[in-house]
Amino acid sequence: MAQMTMIEAIKDAMRVELKRDPNVVIFGEDVGHVGGVFRATEGLQAEFGENRVFDTPLAESAIGGLAVGLSVQGFRPIAEIQFVGFIFEALDQMFVQAARLRYRSGGRYNAPIVFRTPFGGGVKAAELHTDALEGLAMQTPGIKTIVPSNPYDAKGLLISAIRENDPVFFMEHLNLYRAFRDEVPEGEYTVPIGKAKVVREGKDVTIIAYGLMVHTALKAAAELEKNGVQAEVIDLRTLMPLDIETIVESIKKTNRAIVVQEAQKSAGAAAEIIAQINENAILHLEAPVLRCAPPDTVYPFAQIEDVWLPNPARIVKTVNQVLQF
Amino acid sequence: MSKGSLDAPAKPGQAQAHEVRSENVIPLQILSPEGEVVNPERLPDLSDDQLKEIMYRMVFTRTWDDRAVNLGRQGRLGFYAPVSGQEATMVGSEYALEKSDFICPGYRDMPQLVWHGLPLYQAFLYSRGHQHGGQIPEGVNVLMPQIIIGAQILHATGIAMGYKLKNEKNVVIAYTGDGGSSEGDFYEGLNFAGSFKLPAIYFVQNNGYAITTPYAKQTGAQSIAHKALAAGIRGVQVDGMDVLAVISAVKEAADIAREGGGATLIEGLTYRFRPHSMSDDATKYRTKDEEAEWALKDPIVRFGKYLEAKGLWSEEDTARVKEEAKAAVAEHIKKAEQTEKMTVPGLIDSMFEQTPPNLEQQKADFQ
Ligand SMILES: Cc1ncc(C[n+]2csc(CCOP(=O)(O)OP(=O)(O)O)c2C)c(N)n1
Repeated sequence: MAQMTMIEAIKDAMRVELKRDPNVVIFGEDVGHVGGVFRATEGLQAEFGENRVFDTPLAESAIGGLAVGLSVQGFRPIAEIQFVGFIFEALDQMFVQAARLRYRSGGRYNAPIVFRTPFGGGVKAAELHTDALEGLAMQTPGIKTIVPSNPYDAKGLLISAIRENDPVFFMEHLNLYRAFRDEVPEGEYTVPIGKAKVVREGKDVTIIAYGLMVHTALKAAAELEKNGVQAEVIDLRTLMPLDIETIVESIKKTNRAIVVQEAQKSAGAAAEIIAQINENAILHLEAPVLRCAPPDTVYPFAQIEDVWLPNPARIVKTVNQVLQF
Repeated sequence: MSKGSLDAPAKPGQAQAHEVRSENVIPLQILSPEGEVVNPERLPDLSDDQLKEIMYRMVFTRTWDDRAVNLGRQGRLGFYAPVSGQEATMVGSEYALEKSDFICPGYRDMPQLVWHGLPLYQAFLYSRGHQHGGQIPEGVNVLMPQIIIGAQILHATGIAMGYKLKNEKNVVIAYTGDGGSSEGDFYEGLNFAGSFKLPAIYFVQNNGYAITTPYAKQTGAQSIAHKALAAGIRGVQVDGMDVLAVISAVKEAADIAREGGGATLIEGLTYRFRPHSMSDDATKYRTKDEEAEWALKDPIVRFGKYLEAKGLWSEEDTARVKEEAKAAVAEHIKKAEQTEKMTVPGLIDSMFEQTPPNLEQQKADFQ
């Protein structure tokens, strides 16, 4: 097995699928010759040619719409939106046109598109490069949302997403791209969309997280252990569809939970997760489920993002609140 | 109409055939690369002091850029997009405007803001990720650099409409790159300007690349200036390494706009000597030959030769301005570094005029 960073695993997933299926095409700003601003597609144009991997002009709405049109023609587009904040330019094409293609055509057409985009804080990037916009996608009917937290899952989930016949919003955390290496199998394997994973077992409280926050939650869990608190940590991996079963199973054991997210507190993924916990597990709870999240401001200029983002200490504080309820 | 500018769109009835065509355009040039006047009738009417001031600003901007790149490497600046090579388009276009005119910049256009009145330390604060970098002083008519490519084109269009509605004879200029001219916002903005005949100047600094993507892959259009035709506004192409040509083109566009003649799209052909951003390796997509060829057109060298021939500038002047610029940068970066850090409660309070109760509560996590 190979050791890969997350960015290498993502590239490997695309290579495998470009090879396997001649209908897979990759495009976006700067993804061709140079292989993207993070080199996620480096070498793929050289290997598969300009008809399979190509640069587009600088126009996100056109990138989104091109993906929809290519889908109608039977292709399986992987469209890169260079940084997450630029999805706003493409929202109509991604979240209206792609997400409704099946519905509007009565099932005649589908949109087997993966919209890949880097996101995620803690890197002091320019404005609108890091915002956690998964909540927008989750609120959009017809598109699935995936946020991997490690190289193994990233490759397996991306292969699943490419083979999926409905559009997928695939969010790659900037801070995880080169954070560490993982054992990643060569060739094909899939990680199922819509399955969460318990990454740490515990009996006292459940910490639900995704993306980089899984790692922050694990750090907090290690801190809590010093005080005798056994936290269970769940990596959601997919936000839509949400694996509520795994969450409920965990809460049956721990009776307490918090949700950690990088996105602003109100009306986001955590709010939805808590609503579903209420619908499915209210009788197993001994305390309200709390959110550990940034305040409802715009993603701040670089200077204070470290304070603004959830950190282990704030997660510990939130866990203590539910334990002491 | 002058050499270097496209005619206004053909009126129905003037056309020769059913197919729409347009001619190739030649960039407006006033100085040759050797600094000789090749187009005397377009020479802008500028005093010796003004000419020296323009040179001062270009040399200052180059030095500031050099220093900023170094400060970036030392971790003392944050997000910064290098500008060397583009001094003629940046300094020249701003110089051609009045202080009462408005500037809507892209992320690379900090020099225009500073020469329009934004204090340098605030440019550094902005780069260092401090909110107060964007607290624009009263009387400085600028927006902060836009990260969303093309968005500023639409803001400029709205500001221009404001001037028109208020019957004020000001103009607004918006900047973007060759890449930016592909965004939907660009077309929507130009089209509005055409349909409402707005006092706007859209200045595309075509430096040949959008990050790594070369111009040839950006568009199949004959030139970016040609994109004006479909919007029904004037289109002009200018040698963007020739500061006098830039000044002349922008002045002309501003005069036309002030007199109610509508908007102009100006394409400046330029080059950025450094990579796209601080984290980018230009050798992956540009050739040494190409870089050497553009170095011969260096706007500072060209204009310097012109001034030297007139006895207005010398190497000593350049050296003196460099020292002044270095001292100014040192002073302003210090001021930026000494500015009190922003806080999360302060950030929360900047969201609304009156902080709502739920946000008030959220401050508790940060006290
Ligand atoms: C809407 C949007 N899409 C993508 C980006 C990322 N991006 C930043 S600069 C750039 C290239 C811009 O090229 P150009 O407009 O030619 O300007 P230049 O940098 O060459 O001056 C890209 C793609 C962005 N900032 N905004």
